[in-house]
Amino acid sequence: MAVIEVQNLQKRYGDTVAVRDVSFTVDRGEIFGILGPNGAGKTTTVECIAGLRIPESGTITVLDRPPRDPELRKLVGVQLQESQLQEKLTVREALELYSSFYPEPADWQALARELGLIEKLGTRYAKLSGGQKQRLSIALALIGNPRIAILDELTTGLDPQARRDTWDLIESIRDRGVTILLVTHFMEEAESLCDRVAVIDHGEVVALDTPAGLVARIAVEQRIRFRPSRPIDDEQFLALPQVTQVRHHGGQLEIAGTGELLSAVTSLLAAQQITAADLRIEQANLDDAFVQLTSRTGKE
Amino acid sequence: MSVFAKLTLTEFKLMLREPLPAFFVLLFPTVLVVILGSIPSFRDPSADLGGMSVIDLYVGISVALVIAMVALQVTPAVLSSYRERGVLRRLATTPVSPMKLLGAQLTMSLITAIVSATLVLAVGRIAFDVALADQFPGFVLAFLLCTLAVLGIGVLIAALAPNAKAGNAIGTVLFFPSMFFAGLWTPREVMPQVLQRIGDFTPLGAGERALHDAMSGNWPNMLSVTVLAAYVIVFGLASSRLFRWS
Repeated sequence: MAVIEVQNLQKRYGDTVAVRDVSFTVDRGEIFGILGPNGAGKTTTVECIAGLRIPESGTITVLDRPPRDPELRKLVGVQLQESQLQEKLTVREALELYSSFYPEPADWQALARELGLIEKLGTRYAKLSGGQKQRLSIALALIGNPRIAILDELTTGLDPQARRDTWDLIESIRDRGVTILLVTHFMEEAESLCDRVAVIDHGEVVALDTPAGLVARIAVEQRIRFRPSRPIDDEQFLALPQVTQVRHHGGQLEIAGTGELLSAVTSLLAAQQITAADLRIEQANLDDAFVQLTSRTGKE
Repeated sequence: MSVFAKLTLTEFKLMLREPLPAFFVLLFPTVLVVILGSIPSFRDPSADLGGMSVIDLYVGISVALVIAMVALQVTPAVLSSYRERGVLRRLATTPVSPMKLLGAQLTMSLITAIVSATLVLAVGRIAFDVALADQFPGFVLAFLLCTLAVLGIGVLIAALAPNAKAGNAIGTVLFFPSMFFAGLWTPREVMPQVLQRIGDFTPLGAGERALHDAMSGNWPNMLSVTVLAAYVIVFGLASSRLFRWS
């Protein structure tokens, strides 16, 4: 069931078109990612969904309401990019104050504990590290017990450990039934967290799929590297339909190809009773898919 | 406690955490009265000042100073920083309207001005025997009109300033001429006629004159009241139209 529906969204600032044509739906309980290079229109898209900006044309519904419906402010938690708090407000004061805004707030102390802020309750905003500020911002987005959380550049400024902890937190929030709309430019984040991803470039959706689906969509070469137990003629590999290229790096062989490359190569080796040492397979990941998807439109 | 009261209290706490503005708003006007009142000749009635003493005049001028400090130094700096830092934008995503924070900030400013002005009047009365406003309702009217007029200007500065630094700077630039016409350096009574006339049309010049009227037992004069009311309306409307959340 769709909780967010965006249809043919368009938004310009003066002569600049920020969002040309964006459509997607987000289902209940999913973690939906919006991925794209800087300036692609990701933030504008979520700001329209959050009711902060009015689209030029197109329709948006959030929980079956127009995005500017005041009722949605209770049901949607938003973490904005580059939104700060008063310098001298303490973490405790911010959490207490913002939880008083909502009819059924989350337990802010539990939230502070989950986000690793419990030691920092007495600290003023200006004295927090970048990561702590970011975590406080996430806490404030979740403090109203929202049904949808919109998180813009969630883990920017976090160290790798804090980033993984935040991902775990997001998953646990989703497990409570909260739908999550995530804006990111981190492939790893989208790959490990999102159920589905919309890739936006130049204000348009260029692909919408699961992370694995996006990777599968691009025809990328795979590469297999190994050290054969005895020399073998290149021609034997090149005779396989899956193999496109064979290269030598010292005693190592690198075989490039597509499709069921690995099983073709291993069965050939087995037939010749050759063993492969130091076997490594290099496969395309979301990074490659992203570069291909967004550079394609860039050339137009 | 209601959300509005919580916001107002938070604003008050945050104001007190800025030691310099807090001192200048809450204590400096009283300190000025104490310093000037300690000079013996300033306590003597003077024919040049229409039978009043210097300290009599400076109690009224210090009340005007309270208003200028709050409305030109604190309010524009705070509100423009809230816009620049995205505090208002974040609020726009919650059930609480940014308008409420704006209202809480202005309420806090008004309460702070009342507290500081009360301190000025109390010290003037207790330490230097300056008469409390004989026309008390007139004094309250003059005080409220003047505070609202200058707060309107303060909010307009915050609305037009591109960032907190500019908001602060514009407030400070306006502060000095405003306080000049309120008589901080030369009381109105000893100003040349032409400066008096100009001052009558500035918010703090008109405000100080209206406060002075009430302190000497009269209703504030019509001209000052009209000028102040015009400032309240014009700047109130302009700032409510021009203020943006982000």
